[in-house]
Amino acid sequence: MTRDDVSDSHDHSHGDPSDAAPSALPSEPALRTKALESLLIEKGLVEPAALDAYIDYYQHRVGPQNGAKVVARAWSDPVYKAQLLANGTAAIAGMGFAGRQGEHMRVVENTPAVHNLVVCTLCSCYPWPVLGLPPGWYKSSAYRSRAVIDPRGVLAEFGLTLPAETSIRVWDSTSEMRYLVLPMRPSGTEGMSQSELARLVTRDTMIGTAVAAAPGGSAER
Amino acid sequence: MNGVHDMGGMHGFGPIAPQAGEPLFHAAWEERAFALTLAMGAWRRWTLDGARHARERIAPADYLRMSYYERWIEGLILLLTESGLVTADELASGRAQTKTRPPLAADAVVALLQRGAPTERATAASPHFRPGDAVRARNLHPVGHTRLPRYVRGKTGVIDAHYGAHVFADAHAHGPDEQPQPLYCVRFSARTLWGDAAAAQDEVCVDLWESHLEPA
Repeated sequence: MTRDDVSDSHDHSHGDPSDAAPSALPSEPALRTKALESLLIEKGLVEPAALDAYIDYYQHRVGPQNGAKVVARAWSDPVYKAQLLANGTAAIAGMGFAGRQGEHMRVVENTPAVHNLVVCTLCSCYPWPVLGLPPGWYKSSAYRSRAVIDPRGVLAEFGLTLPAETSIRVWDSTSEMRYLVLPMRPSGTEGMSQSELARLVTRDTMIGTAVAAAPGGSAER
Repeated sequence: MNGVHDMGGMHGFGPIAPQAGEPLFHAAWEERAFALTLAMGAWRRWTLDGARHARERIAPADYLRMSYYERWIEGLILLLTESGLVTADELASGRAQTKTRPPLAADAVVALLQRGAPTERATAASPHFRPGDAVRARNLHPVGHTRLPRYVRGKTGVIDAHYGAHVFADAHAHGPDEQPQPLYCVRFSARTLWGDAAAAQDEVCVDLWESHLEPA
């Protein structure tokens, strides 16, 4: 069914799997979702309060602020950094961030020689406990198709040009292992507290489409 | 399956278009589509791999036309009907014919999310490959679910890490049998994958299971 095919919900000419059976569900996405939710609630398969709980958790409890705390601590504490790189799952769980889509974590460190970039070419795998739900561009066909074949072109569109000699390492998230980039600590941040440092750590620096910058300064490589 | 979801290396999708100040969900229905998919997964009638495969089975033209959460809703409808949680008559009428009770109370949701579902399994089998070994991704084209992307098939790389034995996604999409086997991170030179146009020092790392690999 097409997105515009609102009036005729019995048009089965497009061959998607949902066309296998007649459906009372409208094809317009908002109406379709609402009708499905109503059916599932009426049937007792789910309760509205549980749906609200899922949404609330990802809107208010997890997000890139979690990953930023991990990075700021690694920048400040060499022992923690070594633990984080050796066993990402345990070191991140030790800060209280664990669970769905972060069951197995590997942290990859940016250095002057190597820049890391994370993608999921097959779907949209992303480390939810530390970064929350992925942005639209991460899930887009453009990013999924190009990150592995044209990482420098992709980074340029984010305004990031790396030295020609820097090696780019792209991590395609094809298993349940989830990848988090440990960006380089910017110069000019000596003496900053972990909470000050955490504010420099954006979501994109932990995906690898940006590098961390000192306040007021431009991003440095 | 050689589906359009397997996008690595394709051309023609245009520039990346990051949206400044993008909200977590773009519309209220997207929140519900997301939550419905996770909540119905709690019935354990399908696996996460099976849910991915349901979205992969959306016809290619529809897959590309649909927005992200439209795919989720289509995948969910497919899973609901194939599992029998919702009958064809109920979908046709939009009305429930039998009633049940949810497996998960609202106050149990957060604990479930924080527990997650680890896929590493204890096994006595030792891995065939060690870090540093040269391996070739096998030239497999299964019609079912696979996490072996087309762009590495037949290509030679190096074992970067052994992650232990993990539930084999390719099997687990099609039934409850986990068939755990060694999971590796394999490093491929960008030039091996894409030819001389790629930078000589760039690499792509892909997680592959032992049955995806052969010695090189």
